[in-house]
This record gives sequence, C-alpha cells and structure tokens, in this order.
Amino acid sequence: MLSIKQYSYISPKHACSLPPKAKIACAEGVDLLNLYRSLGLDYPKFFKMDVLSKLGILAAELLLAGEERGEAEAMEDRSIACFNRSASLDADIAYAKTIQPQDFYPSPSLFVYTLPSIVTGEIAIRHRLRGETSFYVTREWDAEFVVETVRQIFAVGASRSVVAAWLECEEDRFEAFMMLVGDDGDGLKFSTDIANSLITDLRLH
Amino acid sequence: MISWMGDSIVSPLGFTSEENYQAAKGQRSAVALHSCEGLAEPYHAAIIDKDALARAFEGRCESPKGLTPLEQAAILSIKLAAEGSGICLDSSKTLFVFSSTKGNIELLDAPAGSYEREKLYLWHTAALIARWFGNPNEPIVVSNACVSGACAQIVAMRMIEAGRYETAVVTGADMASRFVVSGFQSLKALAAGQCRPFDVNRSGLNLGEAAATIIYRKHNGSTESSSQISLLAGSIRNDANHISGPSRTAEGAFLALNDILVHAAKEDIAFVCAHGTATPYNDRMETIALRRAGLDGIPTNSLKGCFGHTLGAAGTLESIISVWALREGIALGTCGFEVEDPDCALPVSANNIAANGSYFLKMLSGFGGSNAALLFSKP
Repeated sequence: MLSIKQYSYISPKHACSLPPKAKIACAEGVDLLNLYRSLGLDYPKFFKMDVLSKLGILAAELLLAGEERGEAEAMEDRSIACFNRSASLDADIAYAKTIQPQDFYPSPSLFVYTLPSIVTGEIAIRHRLRGETSFYVTREWDAEFVVETVRQIFAVGASRSVVAAWLECEEDRFEAFMMLVGDDGDGLKFSTDIANSLITDLRLH
Repeated sequence: MISWMGDSIVSPLGFTSEENYQAAKGQRSAVALHSCEGLAEPYHAAIIDKDALARAFEGRCESPKGLTPLEQAAILSIKLAAEGSGICLDSSKTLFVFSSTKGNIELLDAPAGSYEREKLYLWHTAALIARWFGNPNEPIVVSNACVSGACAQIVAMRMIEAGRYETAVVTGADMASRFVVSGFQSLKALAAGQCRPFDVNRSGLNLGEAAATIIYRKHNGSTESSSQISLLAGSIRNDANHISGPSRTAEGAFLALNDILVHAAKEDIAFVCAHGTATPYNDRMETIALRRAGLDGIPTNSLKGCFGHTLGAAGTLESIISVWALREGIALGTCGFEVEDPDCALPVSANNIAANGSYFLKMLSGFGGSNAALLFSKP
C-alpha cells in the first residue's frame, strides 16, 4: 500500500515539514532567501536559480533532510513528479526582457530556467536521484491526477519512493506542497482525499 | 503495451505523415537560413510556412481566425491522424495528451492586451485543442523539456493500461519562436549551417517547427492487432548530473535503455532512432549509452538533419517516421552525416539500409538531465 511518509509546505505565510523533524522548525512569514539561511544550507547554486527551482530545492530540503542515506550513493529507485499551473512563465517573462530590441542581450543563465522541468533536475542533482523525473501542467491543483500519476509510476516497478510536488509561483505568490510517497505502508494513506485535506489545512494555517 | 491506430505530422516537409516520411526517406532537409527582426544574427532552422499552414487549416478544418500557428498545426495533425482510424475524438473514453516545451510563448512578443493572457498557459492550449474536437476530458500536459514527446506517449500507455481510457490522442507541438531561437543562440548551441548528427564535424543543432500526433488504443491481444504496431515499453531517467549538459557516463540514458531492454531480444532490434541533436556532447553521450547497453552494433540514425530539433514535438514526430520505416523494413539514413567521429563509433549511415527486425528504439534527452527511451514493435 502506498503511503505519505513525510510532507512539506512553503507559502509566503509559512513553511513546515511534517511529521515534525528534530532539526527543522516551522517558520512563519516566509522569504525564500531567509528560509535557505534558516535551514543552514550551503549550496551556492541556489543563488543562480529561478524562483521555481528555489522553491523546489527548499521544499525538498524540508522533506528529505535528515534521511539516513549513504553519502556518495545515488538512488535509482526514487522518482520525482512535479505539477503546477504556470509552467515557467515567471522565468519566461524575465528572459523575454533580455531580448527586447532596444536592450538586446539574451541571457543564457536565465534561458535555461525557461523550462519547468529544470526544477526536477535540480532536485535530482541535489539529492542524487536517478529515477524518473517529470513535470505536468494542470489548470489548478488536481489531487486526483497527482495521486493517479504517482500510482502509475509505482506500477512500473522501478521506483520504491516518489517525491511528488505541487510547485507554483507567479509574480510574488508561491506555493510548494511536496510529499514523499513510499510503498511500504508506513505513514498516512496516499489518497486523493488525504492529499486534498492536507493541502487545505496547510493553506488555512 | 498499447496499439498504434493512426498518425499525422505537420512540418515544413509536408502536412501529412506520408509526405513527411517520403521526404525523410529521400534525405530531404527543411533546414534553411532565416532571419528574424529583433535577432542579432540569422540562423538555420526548419520553419513552417505559416500562410500555407493557414490555407491547409482552412481547407481541412475551418477558419483559422483566433488560432495561433501552433494551435492550427496541432489541430490539423489530430484531424488527419484520426481520419480513417475509427476513433471517436469526442468520447469520454478518449484522452488527449499534449506535449510542448514553450506552447504559445511567441505571444510574449505581441503587445499586451492583443491576446488573452490565458493563451500563455500550456493547460489552456491543451484544453482549447481538446475542446475543438468536442472532447469532454481535461487533457494532460507534459512539459519535460526535450523528452516531453516520449513522456506523453508513456503517460498515454499508463493511463490506458490502468483502464482509465480506451484511446489516447498524443500530440507534440513546438514553434521556433524568437524566444527559443535567441535562447539557443545565447547558449551557442546552434550549428552555423545544416546540422550534422554523429559527424566528426558536427557543431550544433538546428531548431525545427512541427506538430505530430499519434493515436493509441488499448491492446486487444486478438486478431485485429496482428497487423498493428505496438508501443511496448518506455522509461524516463534522470542523470542527476547537470541541468544543461548530459552526463559524461550517459547515466540516465543508459538506465532508460536498460529498463526497456527487458522487453525485447537485442538481435531482433532493427534500428535505434537516436536523439542525435548534432551537438558535440549529446551525440557522444548517446554513443556511450548505446555502448554500455550493448547496442552499439545496431544501425542508428538521427532525423534532426531533415526536421531540425522540434523540441516538444520531437518524440512523437520521430516515433512516427521510425514506425513508417519499421513497417518497410528499412533504417533511414542520417541526413547531414558524412564522416564518422571516432568518439561516436556507431553504425550510422548517410543512406537508407535494409533493417530486419521486429523492434526499434527511440531515444531522447533534454535539459534538466532527463532521458527517455521507447520500445516499439511490429508483429
């Protein structure tokens, strides 16, 4: 049976990881840079990232920090499935400003973030995950689609765990809801109803 | 396993699969020199004639008014793919899957207020296309960089195998907008002329425009399937190495190949259709992956010299062309290839060759470190 072993949430209002972890305190009034500092991260690549990738990296840090894993070993049986509404539109608009005729200097470092799936790659690199990585764009948060997609990844048989996340940012709004789903039945039941009730509670906070 | 029911391609080489296949078989290239207002330098790319597209759309569908070229190309390809397939596009048992990297991104160049802002969202584009055919379901949008078109087929297979739908319409579409061209120019990834996949003198890629649709149906396992092509397996794997460069050891591509090889006998693989973008790194990485998987003796080709790199359409377009070649028992030559690169020691040929075997493999790789492999078979 599939279960939610851990989940994390980040919005401008608050950030948390549940069930509570010793080293990670919940934060109120979130600014992504402050959250990076308060997590004690030392990952200089973070500063080059667009907001979507920053959001994904921080949510994954909240979710996975403290896991007992061999340092050097990559995991081939953990996959990543991310979902949002705006794809990389924020990064697209930022890049498009560098190709205005009056001020033409296209920025390769901004261009590489004009694909939403880059965040799945950033998380895979940071946590050395060589499973499947995919990005889906939906009109809004769609728990049924998220749950079905993750179930089907498990059904292939190559994954023992999946990092599944709603990662949305547009202008000054951002929201990350990330779940670590496992196949050993330990944790909350992984279902549409539970995923919906978790995100509803986190949004109301 | 799912069954192939129909296909169609809209590209600069033609507006049907037949035209596109014959062009690829004849090693014709759509790559030409273009310039664009607001771009510092001209570039070589495979660009669709938008007036011809609008005329074809009007002839087969209706007035293209209000539809972007991307939407017209996608709708036209679905319309032609479905013709004669007996598939009900408006059925609740039919799923639409849309694969694109940048959708209608060219609208960012248009004056604000001259278009609905929602047209910038991929889910909106996908919903508009599905609605055009009266389909009642929410379409699935996969945006997984250049492997999107493989992921979209894998998602269709999983949804059908899970019993959620009976039929899936899988469409990949992307345009070589100023946005995308300037970005690849800034990365210094574009070839100075026509691209030369696997050639020792390759220097970069060409961008291309296309929409390509495949229609799949649940596999019945009975007589009706005896003449049909099947998608047997697919895998997606991350390198976990770098966001804009492939792994030196081809980790993700190798794992993806390994995953699907359990479903086929190596000696029965007719050919491999590689991603073959013609960038120095990509083609070498794929060579390493094929060598590690023990597949470096199998005829390998790239279709990028004909169509350019069509981004989110590459997975569906190149699968279609390869399926047509598999049916005829040939491995297509690689347009643009002349001299073998010792670092890419694969059986790549400039010309078409006879290729016996029931299977072919399709490989794709993209930014974000993602790699995909698909396995197709004929009876």
